[in-house]
Amino acid sequence: MFTPEGAVVLGKLLDGFVLNLQIFVITLIGSLPLGLIIMFGSRSRLGLRVFGRKFRPIRLLTRGFVWVIRGTPLMLQLIFVFYGPGLMGLPPIKSRVTATLVTFVINYAAYFSEIFRGGIDSIPQGQYEAGQVLGMTKRQVFFKVVLLQVVKRVTPSVGNEIITLVKDTSLSRIISVTEILFVADNYTRQGLLWPLFTTAVFFLVFNGLVTLALGRIERKMDYFRA
Amino acid sequence: MAILEVTGLSKHFGELEVIRDISFSLEKGESLAIIGSSGSGKTTLLRCLTALETPDTGVIRVSGDTVFDAAQPRPKGAQARANQLRFGLVFQSFNLFPQYTALKNVTLAAELLAKERADYKANKKRILSEIAEKGRAALESVGLSAKADNYPHQLSGGQQQRVAIARALMLEPDILCFDEPTSALDPELTGEVLNVIRSLADRDTTMLIVTHEMQFARQVADNVLFMDGGVIVEYGKAEDVIGNPREERTRRFLERYSNERYSSNG
Repeated sequence: MFTPEGAVVLGKLLDGFVLNLQIFVITLIGSLPLGLIIMFGSRSRLGLRVFGRKFRPIRLLTRGFVWVIRGTPLMLQLIFVFYGPGLMGLPPIKSRVTATLVTFVINYAAYFSEIFRGGIDSIPQGQYEAGQVLGMTKRQVFFKVVLLQVVKRVTPSVGNEIITLVKDTSLSRIISVTEILFVADNYTRQGLLWPLFTTAVFFLVFNGLVTLALGRIERKMDYFRA
Repeated sequence: MAILEVTGLSKHFGELEVIRDISFSLEKGESLAIIGSSGSGKTTLLRCLTALETPDTGVIRVSGDTVFDAAQPRPKGAQARANQLRFGLVFQSFNLFPQYTALKNVTLAAELLAKERADYKANKKRILSEIAEKGRAALESVGLSAKADNYPHQLSGGQQQRVAIARALMLEPDILCFDEPTSALDPELTGEVLNVIRSLADRDTTMLIVTHEMQFARQVADNVLFMDGGVIVEYGKAEDVIGNPREERTRRFLERYSNERYSSNG
């Protein structure tokens, strides 16, 4: 490990991990807002009565979608997105990283949407009513009264997902994205074992930083109880 | 002219008719206590007046203006909010906004309303400082000047409810409604809230108070309205209804009430 050859291997691992980090950051940026949109869909009250039963198409569709995404393995979704179009006679996706990003953003958005939904549903009705009787619009009630309370309530669960995401980026090796575990695995096949175990350090250090950042965000909201 | 006129108000939830054909009126500066056992419909009546529920039938007029008419299409947007602001409401469970200080709880709605003023951009600083000034005065009127910068969780239940009263007063409603304002409080904290309401009555604030505090209702309210099973059973001067009720149902309620009081104190 502490030889010139070892340094080369570490460099390769680092190159791989940079890819993991890119997937991580872009997934996060894409899936948090998308999760908010999906959440609005799964709480949609738009609908009509059919034979005395309330039928809400938007809610039904989004919840069905979330069921499929959460009900199947992420690894399978990666394979499906990357190889699926080609197998169905559509133009294939050329970039493995793009396929990974698309899959991850959709998958994580589905999970985030459920966390957000739980957060919003947990805000007491009295907060909305207090806003209403003070003449606030629904929009003002959401942004000025409810949102920060929701953020505070969901931060621990979202943090959990974020830490899982850091590790999940390695699933992309199933479609041969040259992320850190893919690189290390190649060395294992050549009989060199230490790179594989060393990848743990990369994940641990980075998740340590993520944990610190999350703690800081939670402390920022310590001044109130919700 | 009465400041509030309610005619033929009804509301049902599913099969259950919670209030039925309620009519009464309120004069400016009058305080009216609404009493009755739980499930009698008094809270629903208050929630219908404050637009938290939509009545099935009836008309609500404030100073002669129709703010609700079940036979007419519902007003929307700015008009609905203008009607809303005719009433203030103090909740049983306070419902303060936890992420804001006491002062900000009081001023938030006024600040948001000010943004709609045409001259807001030009005079922003002055408008906001006026609102803050007014907010401090509102807190002072409930005896909480010193707590302006505290967050709700740093206040006792009684203090939180007083902030909630200041918050409702801030928007100068025509009619201030209280929904069992002391029911969520420890007994030793009810006094400070009742004193604030009493001082409002002394200043001729028009108030509708749903309460279980009979002594308080008798001392503070001008008139009392007793509800049972969704209808008004008895209405009259506070000392008459509570001290010398005409109706058998009122008598039974007051008897049961004082018995419970007695046994819970003993």
